[in-house]
Amino acid sequence: MRHGKYRFLAWSVLPGLALYAVFVISPYAQAFYLALTDWRGVSARQKFIGLDNFARLAGDSLFWTALRHNAVMLLVVPLATIGIALFLASMLNLAGRGGRAAIQGVRGAKFYKIVYFFPQLLAVSIVAVLWQFVYTPNSGLLNGALNAVGLGSLTRPWLAVPSLALPAVMTVMVWGSVGFYVVLFSAAMQSIPRDVLEAAAMDGANRFVTFRRITLPLLWDTVQVAYVYLGILAMDGFALVQILTVGLNGGGPDNATEVLGLTLWRNAFVYGRFGYASAMGVAMFFLTLALAALTLRFTRRERIEY
Amino acid sequence: MTTSHLLPHVVQSRRTLMRRAIAAALLAAPVTGSLAACAIGAGDDKTTTVDRGSTSEANPLGAPTDKPLEIVIFKGGYSDEYAKFDEELFRQRFPGVKINHQGIQKVGDVLRPRFVAGDPPDVIDNTGAGRLDIASLIADGQLRDLKEVLDSPSIDDKSKTVRDTLLPGVVAKGSVDGTCYQLNIAYTVYGLWYSKPLFEKNGWAYPKTWEEMLALCAEIKKSGISPWTYQGKYPEYMNDPLFSMAMKAGGPELMAKLDNLEPNAWRDPAMVAAVEAIYQLVDRGFFLPGSEALSHTEAQNAWCQGKAAFIPCGSWLESEQKAVTPAGFDMVVAPMPALSGSDKLPGTAIQGAASESFIVPTKAKNPYGALEFLRTLVSKPAAKKFAELAATLPSTAGGTEGVAMTSGLASVAAMVAAAGTNVVSLNFGEWYPTMGTAVSNATGELLTKRIKPGDWINRMQKAADDVAKDSTIAKHKR
Repeated sequence: MRHGKYRFLAWSVLPGLALYAVFVISPYAQAFYLALTDWRGVSARQKFIGLDNFARLAGDSLFWTALRHNAVMLLVVPLATIGIALFLASMLNLAGRGGRAAIQGVRGAKFYKIVYFFPQLLAVSIVAVLWQFVYTPNSGLLNGALNAVGLGSLTRPWLAVPSLALPAVMTVMVWGSVGFYVVLFSAAMQSIPRDVLEAAAMDGANRFVTFRRITLPLLWDTVQVAYVYLGILAMDGFALVQILTVGLNGGGPDNATEVLGLTLWRNAFVYGRFGYASAMGVAMFFLTLALAALTLRFTRRERIEY
Repeated sequence: MTTSHLLPHVVQSRRTLMRRAIAAALLAAPVTGSLAACAIGAGDDKTTTVDRGSTSEANPLGAPTDKPLEIVIFKGGYSDEYAKFDEELFRQRFPGVKINHQGIQKVGDVLRPRFVAGDPPDVIDNTGAGRLDIASLIADGQLRDLKEVLDSPSIDDKSKTVRDTLLPGVVAKGSVDGTCYQLNIAYTVYGLWYSKPLFEKNGWAYPKTWEEMLALCAEIKKSGISPWTYQGKYPEYMNDPLFSMAMKAGGPELMAKLDNLEPNAWRDPAMVAAVEAIYQLVDRGFFLPGSEALSHTEAQNAWCQGKAAFIPCGSWLESEQKAVTPAGFDMVVAPMPALSGSDKLPGTAIQGAASESFIVPTKAKNPYGALEFLRTLVSKPAAKKFAELAATLPSTAGGTEGVAMTSGLASVAAMVAAAGTNVVSLNFGEWYPTMGTAVSNATGELLTKRIKPGDWINRMQKAADDVAKDSTIAKHKR
């Protein structure tokens, strides 16, 4: 009987495993090999060159610039997104206290939940094009709004100013992700036992204390997962940067918004250095791996039973 | 981004931690894997047997009369209707050939795997933002020398070779180290565009020298219109006026020096003077404010709305702006003014580059059919149809004869005629794409005054020196 069950299970996972092996594992294995070659991507010809690509990578200042930008994004994007999403989710689920101690969201919470989710439904390319219209200097929404409220002196050609371009890109990333995490955190908040929250309220805890002492600890696992996913998002940013920012292939002005994904793409598809780009991919793989492990390690907490 | 709602009750062990980390990392960078897809294990180097039909006066290349022909066309701004017409011309002469036509956009993405697998199409219009990197194709020996078709007699006039029917610079543009690999069927020239009625109304005359240009700009600015705008999101648009002036002043010698990566080529006085001249535009505030962040569409539309007097662009501008150009705008193009009184080339000299690059892979299954198709493509009837459908100049001389021309196209044709053989173009951006990126970035910084002309020169000299000393990059000479 037991034997039959395992056989059934094995057969069930096999197709999935096979697809995974063909479309994920095998390209990865190939990328590791290609990173040691000078493959140009337009023929089968490739020469084994050992670790030359990695040596070049170490001295490639643009790669390090890109890495620095990704690091900034890694710090800012998850923190901002999770912060805003937690705030909005608590407003939607716990903030309104209409009748006595009943815990509920603010009025219209359901409507907001749907509206916040909208950006999640748009393809990155559409998001990028929309924000191009927001940031465009002479007829853009942002400068238009600033002019309308008498802050005309603050108008800027946002994406063409090196110090503002990366923050502008990060704003879009946060805007695009917040809605999803609002929904994620809302779902997690719904699973927090009401009696715990009500007890806190009766003991006189205000909303802030309730949030810090009760809600956040109980949401911690979800926040942790959100951090890993947002970290991965921040390690990428390729499509957004390529479409939104200035420069021959994006990443400008003057590499001010260069990200690893873009450097990698440009080396492969514009410069015809697929071997070198694969080396970058391999480096990124280990970076992301380390990042995910570190995040999960350092955000580890005791499990709370309830 | 997809994510599963992990239950918040997972007790973590070191193992699940690592497992989740690996899973997350695998999700993270699919681009790592996609680079490699299909890279290894393909690519047999077996030589394809080449069928060549018998040659005759009507079929000088010996295209087989019954072998299928696969043609891939970039379906961009010029669409692929012209190619269908040309295929019809081909079919009339070779009714037994089955043509497989594909009009696509991402030429590189679609065809890269086929090149790697050693199974490319016969004819490729390698054009558009996602084109295959030509330097890599040549370095890997993937492209056929087009000598045979260039030396074959023209379809229209048997006494001339195909080479002789092409406009000046077309063969050179498609050649690397003396071998022509690309046949470019469109002739793109660059200049400065303005609305003729606007200038007539204000009594402004198009300047002949850069000094006159600066004087005129001051006058235009007084009238409340910004003298210039440019496609700031893609600063390389401003490189056309910049290099046009440098080439006029420095002549073909400067062109060769830059492309051949000669030491200190970028410090040539003509190059320095041109950068300083262009810098005057931003230094004197002649650009429409905010231009540096405008996309090409936004800048060109602002110009069409009369917010700026001049915009630099290639000859495709008129067709690109067709939908938004107001009636009576009558745009025309003119060569960049002379940089100095001692320019080496006349004021009518222009920057021009043939584009819409047709290539024939070395591993094409029907190469002689492919070459014969290229011969058809640059014949006069095909060129005329192209001019008509795409509203642009074909590479074939006389290709616009009898075609009804709009204001812009007529000015392009006149500019080309006046330039004669003084059509210049640079190759370093295509040969060494890292320099293309460098010059775009440098010009973007120059036009926002974040760097000075001297810094621009230093940056470009460094970019050139970096390429020159990088032994992994194949070098070319012009």
